[in-house]
Amino acid sequence: MNALKNPRILGTLAVLLIIALTPVAFGDENYIMRVITVGLCSAIAVYGMNIILGFTGQLSLAQGGFFGIGAYTVGLLTTDFDWSFWQAFLVGVVGTSAIGYLFGLIALRTKDEYFAIFTMAIGFIIYLTISRWESVTHAHSGVNNVKFPEAGDLIDFSNPTAMFYLVFIILLACVYVTYAIRRSSVGRTLLTIRTSEDLADAIGVNVGLSKQLAFAASAFFGGIGGGLYASVVGFIGPDAATVDKTFEFLMFILVGGMGTVAGPLVGTMIVTFLFELFQDFQAYRFIVLGPIIIALVIFAPRGVVGYLGGFIDKRARKRRIGSARKDGSTPAGTPSSADAAGHRGAPADTITTTEEKK
Amino acid sequence: MTLFIQQLFNGVALGGVYCLAAIGLTLVFGVLRIPNLAHGSLYMLGAYVTYFFLTTVGVPYVAAIGIAALILFVLGVLLERLVFHPLRNSPHTHHMIAAIGAMFFFQAVAQAIWGADFRRMETPISGSLRILGAEISAQRIVIIVTAVVVLSLLTWFIKRSIHGQTIEAIEQDRTGSALVGINPAMVSMLTLGLSALLVTIAAGLVSPINLLSPTMGDSLNLKVFAIIILGGLGSLPGAIVGSFALAIAETMTSTYISSAVGEAVAFIVLVAVLAIKPTGLFAKAVQR
Amino acid sequence: MTLLEIRGLGKRFGGLDAVKNVDLDVQEGQITAVIGPNGAGKSTLFNLIHGFYRPTAGTVSFNGRDITHSSPHNSVNGGIARTFQTTHLFDDSTLLENVLAGRIVRSKSNVFDAIFHTPRHRRESALNQDKALEALDFCGVAEFRHDLASNVPQEVQKRTAVAMALATEPELILLDEPAGGIPEEETTDFGNLIRSLPGRGVSVLLVEHKMSMIMGLADTILVLDHGQKLAIGSPAEIQSNPDVIRAYLGSTKDEEN
Repeated sequence: MNALKNPRILGTLAVLLIIALTPVAFGDENYIMRVITVGLCSAIAVYGMNIILGFTGQLSLAQGGFFGIGAYTVGLLTTDFDWSFWQAFLVGVVGTSAIGYLFGLIALRTKDEYFAIFTMAIGFIIYLTISRWESVTHAHSGVNNVKFPEAGDLIDFSNPTAMFYLVFIILLACVYVTYAIRRSSVGRTLLTIRTSEDLADAIGVNVGLSKQLAFAASAFFGGIGGGLYASVVGFIGPDAATVDKTFEFLMFILVGGMGTVAGPLVGTMIVTFLFELFQDFQAYRFIVLGPIIIALVIFAPRGVVGYLGGFIDKRARKRRIGSARKDGSTPAGTPSSADAAGHRGAPADTITTTEEKK
Repeated sequence: MTLFIQQLFNGVALGGVYCLAAIGLTLVFGVLRIPNLAHGSLYMLGAYVTYFFLTTVGVPYVAAIGIAALILFVLGVLLERLVFHPLRNSPHTHHMIAAIGAMFFFQAVAQAIWGADFRRMETPISGSLRILGAEISAQRIVIIVTAVVVLSLLTWFIKRSIHGQTIEAIEQDRTGSALVGINPAMVSMLTLGLSALLVTIAAGLVSPINLLSPTMGDSLNLKVFAIIILGGLGSLPGAIVGSFALAIAETMTSTYISSAVGEAVAFIVLVAVLAIKPTGLFAKAVQR
Repeated sequence: MTLLEIRGLGKRFGGLDAVKNVDLDVQEGQITAVIGPNGAGKSTLFNLIHGFYRPTAGTVSFNGRDITHSSPHNSVNGGIARTFQTTHLFDDSTLLENVLAGRIVRSKSNVFDAIFHTPRHRRESALNQDKALEALDFCGVAEFRHDLASNVPQEVQKRTAVAMALATEPELILLDEPAGGIPEEETTDFGNLIRSLPGRGVSVLLVEHKMSMIMGLADTILVLDHGQKLAIGSPAEIQSNPDVIRAYLGSTKDEEN
C-alpha cells in the first residue's frame, strides 16, 4: 500500500493505535477511562469545528451549542420520554444537523467577523434556551440517568471499556471522513474559500452554499459528540452547551492544528491531559490556559500536527520538484527559472494571496 | 401611561450604558479592524475594580469609577500591545481566538479574586424623582446625565484633539493616514485603552442597579455586538442610535411581553439584521 | 457566431458612470480586445460581464442565454472564465493544487463519493488530475507544478492563472491585463499562448495596455473612453481612426510610463 509510506498517515495511525490501546493500560481505572472517553466525545465535536474553521476558515462560536443540542436531545428523550439510546441519538444528530442547516441559511450570507458574531449569537441563544426553558430542559437541575446504548445481551455499555470502544469507533469514522474530505474536491472547495472568497467565486465555487453545508456538517459532528457525551457521563447540565465549551473546542483544535486530519484528536488529548493536571483549580485553570491560548495563536498558530505536517510537506515537495525538473515534461521554448524554488514562502496554514483587497 | 414613562426612562438609562459600551467597541473595530470579543470581560473587570475601590478601599463613588477607568485604560493598552499588536498580520480568525483567550483569562482572574458568587454594590446615590407621575431612581438619572456628558466630551475629543483626530483619520483611511505620518500603532493602543475606559464608566454606573458576577459581561458582550452590527461596524452615530433603540426595545418587551423575550431581543435583532443585510443595517453600501 | 452579446451595458457608482451604454459582440473563435486609457472602465466592464458587479443598465447574454444578473460562480459554470489584473493565486498551494481548484466547478462527486471512494470519485479524481496537468502543460508551466505559487516568478504565476481558468473548461476566457508585469522580452511568448487559445475552442476577450501586443493579437478591438465606446473594429481600422489616435494612441507613450 502506497498510503503506508506517507508519514502523515503513518503518524495518524500511530496516534489512533495508542488511543485504541489505552484500555489495556487503564481498563480497571474507571475514572481515567471516563476522562479519556469524554475527551473522545469532545474530539468528535472538534472535528466538526475543523470543517468550518480549519477547512473553510470561518470561526464558528456555535459549536458548544450544537454539542449541547445533541446532548440534551439524547438526555431528555432517553429519560423523560423513555426512548432507546439509539433512537434518541439518531434524532439528536439529525436534529442538530437540521438546525445547523437552517442557521446556515443566514450564516452563508455573512463572512469573517460577521460570521463569528452571528454564530456566537446562535450559541448564546441555544444556551439561553437550555438554561431557561425549565419545563422542558429542567434548567439548572439538569438531566439525570441518561441511558447507555442498548445492545441486547451482546455488549454491556455500562462497562467503561465497552463505551470507550463505541466512541472510539465513531471517532475513527470521523477521522476517516475528515481525511476523505481533505483529499477530495469538496475539501479543495472549502480550502479555496478559506484562502479567498473572491477568488473562489471567480473560479466557479458556490461560496454561500459551501459555507452553509460546512456549517451544517460542523453541527452534525457537534450533535454526534454531544449525544455520545450525554450517555458517557449519564448526567448533563446547561454547562454542556456554554460558550466555555466552544472555547474548549477552540483550544483543542488550536493546539492540535487547524485544518489537519489528526490535529483535533491530538489537540484534544493533549489539552484534556492538561485539564486533568489543573483540575484542582477547575475554575481558575483559565488563568493559565487563557494566556497559553494567546501565546499559541501568536507564536505557534499551526498547532502540533500543523508543524509536523509542514515539515513533511516541505521535504516531499523538494523531492518532487527535483523529479519534475528531471522529467523534462515541459514543452520546449518555455523559459525556465530553476532558482524559483529557492525561497521558502509563508507556512501552509497562514493564509495569504497575491490578490488586492477590493 | 405612568408605567410607560417609567419604562421609557429606564430604557433611556440602559441605552446610556449600552452607548458607552458600544462606542468603544465600534471605535476599536473602526481603527484596528478587529471585533474585540473580550470587550464584555473588560466591562466585567471595570465593574469589579470599581466595586473594589468603593467597598474595599472606601473611596467615594465618583473617585472609584475614575480610578477604575484609569486602571482599565492601562489594561486596554496592554491588551492591544501584548495580544492584538503581534497578531496584526494574522488571519482574522486568530484575533478573535486570542480575544476569547483574554476573555476567559479575565473571567478566571475575577473569579479567583472575588469568587463566583453574585455581589451587590451598594447604591451611593439614593432617592428618586417624580417626573410626569413616574418614579425615576436618582441612579438612572445619574446614568443618563453622565452618558450625555461623556459622549459630548468624546465627540469633542475626536473632533478637536490631535489624538482624537488621528483616531478618526485612521478609521477612515488606514493606509492614507500612515502616509501622512500618523503612527497607527500608537493610535491602536490609545483606542483600545479608550474603549476600556468608556466601558468601565458604563459598568461603574450600572453596577449599583445590577449584580456583579464574573460572567456579567457575557450577555452585554453580545448585546453591544448586536448594537454595532445594527449601527454598522465602525460607525459612531450608528452605535449611539443602535444603543438607545435596542435598550428601549428591550425594556419595553420585558415590561409588556416577558423578561425572557426582553433578554432575547438583542439576539433576535442581531439574527434578523444579518439575515436581511449581512454587513449590518447602516453599513456603507458595498458596491457590487 | 456571436458568443457574448452586450447591449447598452452601464454601471453607475454613486453619481458617476463607470461604464455607459456599451455594446459589444464577441465572436466565437476570435480574440477580442478592449483598450482605453486608465480609468476608461475596462476592468469594470469585465466585472460586469462576469457578474462581480451588478449592472445598472443593459443586458449581457452568453450563448443566447441572459446572464446579466448571474453571479461569478454561475458565469464560470456557464463557461466564462477570467483572470485578474493583479494575479490571484492560492499562494501557499502548489501550482498543481491551484489548477486543480479550477476543476472544482466541473466536479460532480460529493462528500459521499469521497467517503465511500466510489468509482465516480476515482474516475473524477484521475480526470481532474489529467486535465489540470494538461492545462499546466498547455500554458508551459508543467515543470513548476510542485512549486508553491508564491515561490515562482511573476510570469509563471500569470501563466498559472490562465491554466487555472482553462481548467474550468470555458468557452470564453476574460483576461484582464494578462501581460501586465511581465518583462517586455517575454510578452511575445505570452502572446503566443493567448493566440493558441482559440485553437482549443476558447474564445478570448482581453484588456491589455501593451499596444504592440494587442495589434498583433486581436481580431476585433473595442476602444473605451470614459466608460463609453469610442470605436470598434479591426486593428487596422482602429489604428487609422482619428478619434482613437487623438484620445488614446497619441498618449500611449505616457500611458506605458
